[in-house]
Amino acid sequence: MSLITNFPLFTIVLSLFSGVLCTMLSGKTARRYTVSYECGLIVLVSFVLYYTIRTGTSFTYVMGEFPAPWGNEIRAGILESLMALIFLIVMLCSVLGGARFIDLDIDVSKVNLYYTLINLMTAAIMAILWTNDIFTGYVFLEILTLTSCGILIVREIGRTTLAAIRYMILNLLGSGLFLLGVVLLYDITGNLLMVSMHKTIEAISGQGGNLVAITMALGVLTIGLSIKSGLFPFHFWMPDTYGYATPTSGSVLSSLVSKCYILLLFKIYYRVIGIDLFERLPIEDILLVLGMCGIVLGSVSALHAEHINRMIAFSSAAQIGYIFMGIGIGGTAGYTAALFHILAHSVTKSLLFLTTPRLSEASGNSLLFKKLQGSGLRDPNTGFFFGAAAFSMIGIPIFAGFASKLLFASAAVGCGSTWKLIAIMVVLAVSSVLNALYFIRTLIRIFSEGEDRRRTTVKHGALFHISMSTLIAVNLALGLFSWVFTSLIERGLAMFG
Amino acid sequence: MVANLLANYEEAFAIVLFGIGFTMLLFQRNLFKKLIGLNIMDTGTFLFLASMGYIRGRKAPIVVDGVTDPKAYINPVPAGLVLTGIVVSVSVTAIMLALTVRLYRRYHTLQLDEIYEMSKHLTEDR
Amino acid sequence: MNKSRFLSWLYGETDVMEDILELDETSDESREQLKREKRRLRRELLRSGRAKKVIGAETKGFYALYHVVAVVSCIMLIGVLLFAVANLPRYGEENPETTEMVARYVEKGVEETGADNIVAGMILDYRAFDTLGESHVLFTALICVTILLRLDRKNMRKTYEDYYAIRGERFHDISREAIMRNVAAVLVPCIFVFGIYVLLNGQNGPGGGFSGGAVMGAAMIIFSAAFGFDKADRVFSKRLGAWVTFAALSFYSAAKGYVFFTGANHLENHIPKGTPGAILSGGLILPLDIAVGMVVAFTMYGFYNLFMRGK
Repeated sequence: MSLITNFPLFTIVLSLFSGVLCTMLSGKTARRYTVSYECGLIVLVSFVLYYTIRTGTSFTYVMGEFPAPWGNEIRAGILESLMALIFLIVMLCSVLGGARFIDLDIDVSKVNLYYTLINLMTAAIMAILWTNDIFTGYVFLEILTLTSCGILIVREIGRTTLAAIRYMILNLLGSGLFLLGVVLLYDITGNLLMVSMHKTIEAISGQGGNLVAITMALGVLTIGLSIKSGLFPFHFWMPDTYGYATPTSGSVLSSLVSKCYILLLFKIYYRVIGIDLFERLPIEDILLVLGMCGIVLGSVSALHAEHINRMIAFSSAAQIGYIFMGIGIGGTAGYTAALFHILAHSVTKSLLFLTTPRLSEASGNSLLFKKLQGSGLRDPNTGFFFGAAAFSMIGIPIFAGFASKLLFASAAVGCGSTWKLIAIMVVLAVSSVLNALYFIRTLIRIFSEGEDRRRTTVKHGALFHISMSTLIAVNLALGLFSWVFTSLIERGLAMFG
Repeated sequence: MVANLLANYEEAFAIVLFGIGFTMLLFQRNLFKKLIGLNIMDTGTFLFLASMGYIRGRKAPIVVDGVTDPKAYINPVPAGLVLTGIVVSVSVTAIMLALTVRLYRRYHTLQLDEIYEMSKHLTEDR
Repeated sequence: MNKSRFLSWLYGETDVMEDILELDETSDESREQLKREKRRLRRELLRSGRAKKVIGAETKGFYALYHVVAVVSCIMLIGVLLFAVANLPRYGEENPETTEMVARYVEKGVEETGADNIVAGMILDYRAFDTLGESHVLFTALICVTILLRLDRKNMRKTYEDYYAIRGERFHDISREAIMRNVAAVLVPCIFVFGIYVLLNGQNGPGGGFSGGAVMGAAMIIFSAAFGFDKADRVFSKRLGAWVTFAALSFYSAAKGYVFFTGANHLENHIPKGTPGAILSGGLILPLDIAVGMVVAFTMYGFYNLFMRGK
């Protein structure tokens, strides 16, 4: 066994340890440590990605001396490693790009606790990506929930406390349902390891057995995780949560945390239920409809928002709708589109959330649209980064957003049902128009001359430029070389089940 | 179905508890009552787990006198899951209580909808 | 109790226990101040027309509908879930699907983990990864509560007395009560010993890190409540708590990381299992239980401190 197969374990255990370590460090040291540690993690995960691509199979790693149905197990394939790599890059760039606001928004004595939470969150994200055991998924899901609440409330203003309590209540409902679903599945299958569960479920469905309990359990799991990830009609917590958190938190919450829940749900569909059985259940169509509703209503709400961060948060709701729509379309093409959109959206949305506070800083610390007039001219660097991200969201060619929309359209063409095709095409067209409307309006607003023509006096550090450029580079890579990523995702899907 | 439910009466009760707690957590307007709902919901899940692992006439899974026959003990797995669930429930309750304390200090009320309205109209929060 | 008062309590509009169950007498002045603050907030709230929707009397109809919706959805949820329960394996009988997984835990558990308590062997040896996550859940909760309640620039309350003064209550210092002090002097050592007993016997009988730690945490809380924070700080200082938590969790990660690494790579594992039934048995289970117990005890004590005085 190669040394590289140990790396997924290291990413989890070392992240947990780093979290504990950061409580003992001062704020500045904790930041330096976290940044360098994340760089190290990126190297580790790249090795895993390289290894899985070279061997062409996924590998399982037994946690401890006891083999799988008895002990825990993690499993790494191309898909998981690719997701982990991009997520870690986004995480690192969010920490670097928002570092100045972390110092501004958070009390000095609590900065190291913030990095503790970031490290614990990294551990939870890694564990959810690698895990092959549904109960491990639950435990780390809870860590993810609690850390995301923590990084939300760390900016101590009234609004974040209020947003946090709403976020926590909904997440607790989701966790409760998820745990119940896991327990129901355990009662049906007598296993907690995903592969063994799948074998039992296959045996039950193969004998024409009773699928009612399985469908119910799956429904409960789906509702639980869609509440957590913010699928329509559970998207209403998003604007407050993302809009008022410190930029790093907003970026991490919108681009990584909600995606992790979706990936776990997808893993359950693919690995536990099995995709053949899943496509026979009605859940797929429900997800398709809810996803489309989410896209349209999210975009409409974004159009009405009076506050730039709320607009971006509502647009997040629409993007979550896209991802669920991809899962709802089904087939390899649909899943590829959904997974590609997860990557594209996390890279783009983090860029938006990291740039808006700097625009607001150039306009008297206000995020209201009327105050933002001309802020892109006052602070041209940030304006450029924001513009690039907005173009990607609109779906201008060469950016990632365009590639993912194309993938959705081609998946819809291949799905076989004319009604579905028409509905999806209409929704894609409507949402593209709405997207273009509100982002172009914003761009015009921030790039047209206002009364205030002073240049900003705030100097952005080199690290901000580096992190933003990295995000744009990844975005362009996803857009220009989308075929590389889609072929990787397709290969990953083949070894995912 | 009714016969099945009567046979599974303990699980059925656990599910009823879960449903009551879930609805309280979702619909109660008072933060403390929401929290109580959360705890009822979790307890329902634990009861469900415990009754799932129970087998009539068998003992708790602690080996006594070297008897290692699987037919002698109940299923140990749900016990482990309940343990994890309890720890998570305690942690979440602590955080929710802390959030409640913070909100009460600021708004002097525990009614969530009043808090929402206040926050919408209070200038300092915008 | 008259009915309307009961109903208004049920809907959470009034607190009937106000002024009855309060432990401390509150000074009139500070209570007035609190009321003024509340009135100010409501005035600001009422100034905008929309707010009437919530506070005004005309909302009764809306909330009646709201309650109906709540009850209906509750019954629907329960009904749907009961439908699933009706299709589950029978209660009180062995579930044939679970047999394979359980058989090894019971048959080989003692031999492979060295622990008589099969559940302890399962959660700390077979499925140790879950438990590693679980103790970090507790740690995360401690961090979140610290962020919320520790006093700082933005969350300004200097000491617990100040904090109570601002809230309009007088801090009721239980440690001045003779009964509390004398009872605690007897009880605290007993509870501590019992906690240690539960902690050390996790591998042989009911007990283990979480339960033992919770008992010890309770003893620490009683000690602090009875003898005052100043005395408690001399024994369990904040620094000590931080270091113990750090050491215990790092030891946990390191030990389990080592076991995972050697197990997965088929290397030899140098940890002796001990004789089942003795205190020193179960291989790593005893040290891990102690580590978990320390974390739980100090976390519980930390919660108490943060809620009481924000430190």
